[in-house]
Amino acid sequence: MEAHTLGRSSTSERVDVDKSGEQMNIVIVGHVDHGKSTVIGRLLADTGSLPDGKLDAVKAFCALNSRPFEYAFLLDALKDEQSQGITIDTARTFFKSSKRHYIVLDAPGHIEFLKNMVTGAARAEAALLVIDAKEGIRENSRRHGYLLSMLGIRQISVLVNKMDLVDYSQEVFNSIREEYTRFLARIDITPKFFIPISAFQGENMIGPSAKIPWYSGHSVLAAVDAFEKEPPKPHQPFRMPVQDVYKFTAMGDDRRIVAGRVESGSIKVGDEVLFLPSNKKSRIKSIEAFNEPIRSEVLSGYTPGFTLTEQVYINRGELMVKASEPQPSVSRLIRANIFWMGRKPLEMGRGYFLKLGTSKIPVRLKRINYLIDASDSLEKRDKANIERHDVADCVLELSRAIAFDAIADMEATGRFVIVDQYEIAGGGIIREALPDDQEDLRSEVAQREEKFERSAIVPEKRMQRLNQRPTLILITGEGSTDRKGVGKAIEEELFEMGRFAYYIGMANLLYSVDADLKDKGQSRAEHLRRLGEVAYLMLEAGLLLVVSARDLDDHDLKALETVIAPYPLLTVCMGGCKLDEGGEEVLYCPSGSQISQVVPQIIAKLQHMGSIFNP
Amino acid sequence: MASSHLDHLENQSIYILREAYANFKNLAMLWSIGKDSTVLLWLARKAFFGHAPITLVHIDTAYKIPAMIAYRDRLALEWKLNMVYGQNTEALREKKTFPDGTATRLQCCGSLKTEALKNTLSGEWPRYRLNLQSGKYEPDINREPYTGVIVGARADEEGSRSKERYFSPRDKNNEWDVGDQPPELWNQFKTDFAPGTHIRVHPLLDWTELNIWEYIERENIPIIDLYFDKGEGKRYRSLGCYPCTAPVESTAKSVPEIVEELKNGKFANIAERSGRAQDKEDGGGLEALRRDGYM
Ligand SMILES: Nc1nc2c(ncn2[C@@H]2O[C@H](COP(=O)(O)OP(=O)(O)O)[C@@H](O)[C@H]2O)c(=O)[nH]1
Repeated sequence: MEAHTLGRSSTSERVDVDKSGEQMNIVIVGHVDHGKSTVIGRLLADTGSLPDGKLDAVKAFCALNSRPFEYAFLLDALKDEQSQGITIDTARTFFKSSKRHYIVLDAPGHIEFLKNMVTGAARAEAALLVIDAKEGIRENSRRHGYLLSMLGIRQISVLVNKMDLVDYSQEVFNSIREEYTRFLARIDITPKFFIPISAFQGENMIGPSAKIPWYSGHSVLAAVDAFEKEPPKPHQPFRMPVQDVYKFTAMGDDRRIVAGRVESGSIKVGDEVLFLPSNKKSRIKSIEAFNEPIRSEVLSGYTPGFTLTEQVYINRGELMVKASEPQPSVSRLIRANIFWMGRKPLEMGRGYFLKLGTSKIPVRLKRINYLIDASDSLEKRDKANIERHDVADCVLELSRAIAFDAIADMEATGRFVIVDQYEIAGGGIIREALPDDQEDLRSEVAQREEKFERSAIVPEKRMQRLNQRPTLILITGEGSTDRKGVGKAIEEELFEMGRFAYYIGMANLLYSVDADLKDKGQSRAEHLRRLGEVAYLMLEAGLLLVVSARDLDDHDLKALETVIAPYPLLTVCMGGCKLDEGGEEVLYCPSGSQISQVVPQIIAKLQHMGSIFNP
Repeated sequence: MASSHLDHLENQSIYILREAYANFKNLAMLWSIGKDSTVLLWLARKAFFGHAPITLVHIDTAYKIPAMIAYRDRLALEWKLNMVYGQNTEALREKKTFPDGTATRLQCCGSLKTEALKNTLSGEWPRYRLNLQSGKYEPDINREPYTGVIVGARADEEGSRSKERYFSPRDKNNEWDVGDQPPELWNQFKTDFAPGTHIRVHPLLDWTELNIWEYIERENIPIIDLYFDKGEGKRYRSLGCYPCTAPVESTAKSVPEIVEELKNGKFANIAERSGRAQDKEDGGGLEALRRDGYM
């Protein structure tokens, strides 16, 4: 076979999308050997989408080698993959109908290649799921169905293939249809069509089949053409994960631009916006783009920039929403469905990262509610870990709160991936927000932000002038550790480096801002809130703030993080301290560490965090 | 959803470029001067609102068509680019070149492109940075390896590239394991990588040759004029070194004429790289070069 000369490039050039032409990505999934390749090959052949002579050449090759002809060979010849024998990755093939151009993402059915199947299916707009009429519903028929649902693919048609092997029996078809419809209903999928076909014989592929007179519905091609392009969703609430805040100074540019991609809804100049979870509020001053006409409104799908009327300090990872619309949830606790692709299982207690939108946050598996076993119809099982290819309903705990939506309300902001070390190892959808312990504090912060009078100075300009990013450096540990000594030494070192730093000991607050709080034990939360608020003002002023406080625990840190968000917190943990997981940035210093050892470590950490820039 | 297919491609590419910029401290974009990487550069200016905050790396084989270098420097000065080039000076000095030296075609590509690229990216060989004030190239003080490298590869170019991810890992030897690639879903990309490895970023993965030209037309991108026929009935369809890149027969004199030619004309069914000699030399050669990091 001349795979190299008749590679995909020539096929693709043939079906380039012209300006008027619509294009759609579809994926074909199903249990191995149920006929995916045959369906694709037949579609290519019957729609005239193959290079001239290709089909005959492959048939002749098979005859010459006395092997039965397979459509899979044809695809392989198009994909230079003969050596592998099985589709190892989601490769693309192209065909066209009279309606539009299609890119077929041929997802491997082999379980080992699940991550490739997921990659392909996640890019698709619709799916065909193939089931072998003779073999019936198998493990991957279910697993793939379940994954399609989690991946957010709502348009699915089911092809009951190899009808020739069951004498085109309506009974067999009906029983598969009933069983599979029942299964899909449980995972919230209503398939558009069930189609009895014989891909190999070409029955019901592009037109009605004389062999299946009892079926008068769509052929495969008609069913594919019946898939709909996703309509724009201007009426959904506006959501935009912030990719970055740019303050480029070259060429005299004075704009401070918040950039991202609008995932849903629309927004206009003058609209009031909110950044979550930090609760910063501002208004759209202008919509920015390069080499584009000036716009006053932007819709989902675009990647604009915005300038704001009030210069609030925000970071990448926050969710920009419209103040007037239904709000997303904000929490540290979520109930999610996860599918796991990692080599190592997802374990309780180990640290991972969760990426949702543009945010990336440390996360732990807190509880497994149940596992969904694809091998025997959604049975629920108990297990200590979530293993490779498992799908689980579970509770995740994030190290700090993020803004998101439940998947049922909004897709783009309701799904995430989990990173294990360097690899994306799992994907998931959020079923619901669970209450965490910060809700009261968050609503207080929201009120503060509502009334906060903003400086006219652009935060990035202040940061550039001071050559530092405001950061709270919290020195904590047991009673006997020299937190104050370290705190003051850090302040001094930063000062000597030409930075703007300030040190506060707890006592400075206890007898001033906190003088009215009598009962020390009960008012701990209030002490912390006030510490956080004082710190927040100093951070707004642009400082590197050093605070020493005895015996803080995880809960205290979370509270402080909530009050000062989105400014970063570096916790320095001296000796044996009460932290179990700590904040996002923690430096552990064993008891007995000398001040002279600790200080350079803290400086290095601040550099690494980007809090002090290189000169 | 963005309204047209080109809008959709543009916005996806912009999103990817910004994600790369946010996640990689040492980020470079390969600029070959050809149409794809020039579109990529243009997309960067769109992503960053008229700025191009990413270092552009050009591998100068010294055999590029001279107009390419002049064009490169003109745009770099005009658009205030962070322009860097690298070169295999040793191979050039020792004339390990083709056809005027001792190397075969593929060996020449291997040393002037692959080797030069690898060592320029890793910082092992000197890099030369354009001083925007003086207009001269000076040795670059930054010798750190680039951990994120943005390239203009398209999935429709040839078989192997159709399997790339938007963010595709390369190991210590610049190698790509086609069989074991990271999952990529919902616009969450692989941005974490082990020390010594790096990530190739492919913002143009979903574009076709025709999309590129349609976009050049729509945006009025100042593309190098070697792509146009200047009255001799010849033009370049893809650019490279002059000994190995032949012009194709074509009378397309403007971008709209090229678009028309690709859609309905003589090239509607012929692959783009057909003018490049090294693709023909051996069947697997291109695959091997690409695996080694040659774009
Ligand atoms: N009898 C019959 N065999 C089929 C039909 N469709 C596919 N096959 C055969 O089933 C086997 C597996 O098909 P293939 O398309 O490679 O399956 P995949 O693994 O899902 O891609 C091959 O031997 C095909 O020829 C059909 O409609 N009827």
